[in-house]
Amino acid sequence: MAAIKKLKAVKIEQNHLLGIQDISYSQVSEILNQAKAFITLNRSDSKKIDILRGKTQINLFFEPSTRTQSSFELAGKRLGADVMSMNIVNSAIKKGETLIDTAMTLNAMHPDIIVIRHQDSGAPNLLSQKVNCAVINAGDGIREHPTQALLDALTIINRKGKVEGLKIAICGDILHSRVARSNIYLMNMLGAEINVVAPKTLLPHSIERLGVKAFTDMKKGLENCDIVMMLRLQNERMHGSFLPSAREYYEYFGLTPDKLKKANKDALIMHPGPMNRGVEIDTNLADDINRSLIKEQVELGVAVRMACLKIFCKRN
Amino acid sequence: MKEKYLINARIIDPKNDLDEMGGLIIDSKGLIKAVGKKVTNGNIPADVDKIDLKKQVLIPGIVDMRVFVGEPGYEYKENFRTLSNAALAGGVTSVVSMPNTSPVIDNVSMVDFLKRRGRDKSRINIFPSAALTKNTEGKQMTEFGLLKRKGIVAFTDGVKTVQNPQVMARIMNFASQSESLIMQHAEDNIMSEGGLINEGEISTRLGLKGIPSLAEKIIVERDLSFLEEYFCRYHISQISSKKTISVIKKAKNEGKIFTTGVSINNLSLNENDIGDFRTFLKLSPPLRTENDRQSLVEAINDGTIDVIVSDHKPEDEESKRLTFSQATTGATGVETLLPLSLELFHNKSVKLNKLIASITINPAKILGINKGTLEKGNDADLCVVDINKPWVVNKDELKSKSKNTPIEDRKMQGQILKTFVRGELAFERV
Repeated sequence: MAAIKKLKAVKIEQNHLLGIQDISYSQVSEILNQAKAFITLNRSDSKKIDILRGKTQINLFFEPSTRTQSSFELAGKRLGADVMSMNIVNSAIKKGETLIDTAMTLNAMHPDIIVIRHQDSGAPNLLSQKVNCAVINAGDGIREHPTQALLDALTIINRKGKVEGLKIAICGDILHSRVARSNIYLMNMLGAEINVVAPKTLLPHSIERLGVKAFTDMKKGLENCDIVMMLRLQNERMHGSFLPSAREYYEYFGLTPDKLKKANKDALIMHPGPMNRGVEIDTNLADDINRSLIKEQVELGVAVRMACLKIFCKRN
Repeated sequence: MKEKYLINARIIDPKNDLDEMGGLIIDSKGLIKAVGKKVTNGNIPADVDKIDLKKQVLIPGIVDMRVFVGEPGYEYKENFRTLSNAALAGGVTSVVSMPNTSPVIDNVSMVDFLKRRGRDKSRINIFPSAALTKNTEGKQMTEFGLLKRKGIVAFTDGVKTVQNPQVMARIMNFASQSESLIMQHAEDNIMSEGGLINEGEISTRLGLKGIPSLAEKIIVERDLSFLEEYFCRYHISQISSKKTISVIKKAKNEGKIFTTGVSINNLSLNENDIGDFRTFLKLSPPLRTENDRQSLVEAINDGTIDVIVSDHKPEDEESKRLTFSQATTGATGVETLLPLSLELFHNKSVKLNKLIASITINPAKILGINKGTLEKGNDADLCVVDINKPWVVNKDELKSKSKNTPIEDRKMQGQILKTFVRGELAFERV
């Protein structure tokens, strides 16, 4: 009988950052370590270095975005890359060009990295198959938003020293949230325990299979948590009969001092922004500098994106 | 035409419980003259064509109840000639064409066009279906009586479901008068709105909106309730989930008379095959869980499901080279219907006789057409198949004009060698 040949575990390094699901622990560590170095740089007087000099970065945003797009733009510029942000409203895509054709056109301009945000889940994957440069997902449909999760992890590590062993509650519209999905994958990978808290109509099917505990009672879901991540409730959900009203939602799922008491005393609050004050979060809590990490998230976002640009640009 | 003696074959004809070594005689008009073990090498007259089938399997030509043709309107996806070539290479000699063309097949003048094109451009038998409602809008029923007289074998809105319960109840009530066959694609549009794949862990991970199996179940439940009040010839085009199977079983136990189909795709693939957003596996009904798939296979075995269809839906590259949510639904399949079905035989899930019945005599019976069997006097529509021949699916070798096969690179066991239509050898693999 022929001996069965043992297969060696082959590690395939991804050339693109399409989602947390697709990258390894060591890649995550590399990104986070690199980002830490950039925090200091970003706080210094001279913020610009030239490690991406001569490289071209294209930001392709099919959905409106303020913070993610400006964060990526700033990140590229601080590293010395030539950054071009495509304005989709005036582009050929509005005239019916397909994503693949757009990809081919841009590819012919020899970019080194394309940052894409798209309303369809999987669009960055499709793009990555058609171009010769690195693709970074800046949010696709309701699938993934990997750099948001990475910056959240960095923010947590910055305050708590590590993610491992922490208990994290992710609260709100999980169903429509790419931020929630990416955070679930990443925080799981880094060894946190995760609760998701949402009304049943906003919990995705089989969410427990992603390695979380689901709660519809916010107070129970927040018990002994170290981190409370709030998600934005998109107003259109209120009219799609997912929920009766913003008032009812706030009553049961809005983060208030009363509900926050269930979490650990030193629990910190996060939010990917933009916030709906008085809908998902009490306005005083959002501004509480001792509890809220919201501003810090934005700051570290630039550092994380610089790290991603550097690492994935280099790889190609 | 000379008489043909097909000898030395394993003849399988589920209608007559026939599975024996023997031969088949085709008379000079292309009809079956005799079949069975009595037709041997020993008793052949001199002036006939003798074809030695070398112990391969001879079955009735396959009847595929659900095929989309691009004519009229979408000739660039598939025309009658390319469809015919694909079907013949798959041993399919009769198809029911869906009415979702441009314009929609919903009036008598369109039927004449279809029949003429089908006759002139294809070598297979085209049995056209017509829309249930005008322009498949789900509002105004079509002229069942007049259309049926013109040769329409079934009525269906194809890819669409009649949503309005009152309209559907009236359709079923009215259709009984002309004994028209109603075929429903069961999907509640409101439940499945924006849905792309099966609702479950995969849809959550891929971030694609799910289609709950309830969307199928509630339409089946609704229509079967109507059937109690308004009896007509009713067929569920294709089901996809375990939940629906239990509804069907219950109704059959209560004595309701209707029939059910399933797509070969739902019998041989599951939601995991979608992988990294493969748009060729965007199907309707969607691929569901492995558990659902196994239940569907079991339902073929126990007779809950009567028919297997290819759900052949050719789509050009431009309709598929898009993000998953923008891509068109559907996959080709007429050429691979039998080989893919044979997987279920080779892995011992379904008996060969049962499998062949579900693509020959069962659909023929439901449609009320004289096909799907090797009876004396019938058209000699035949398929010769090597049920063990290994081969690998390569989209460029398939004959359909569109290349959207969901089983590219799949290893198959069983290949069609010859196809006869009305006694003529219409396809031979070299």
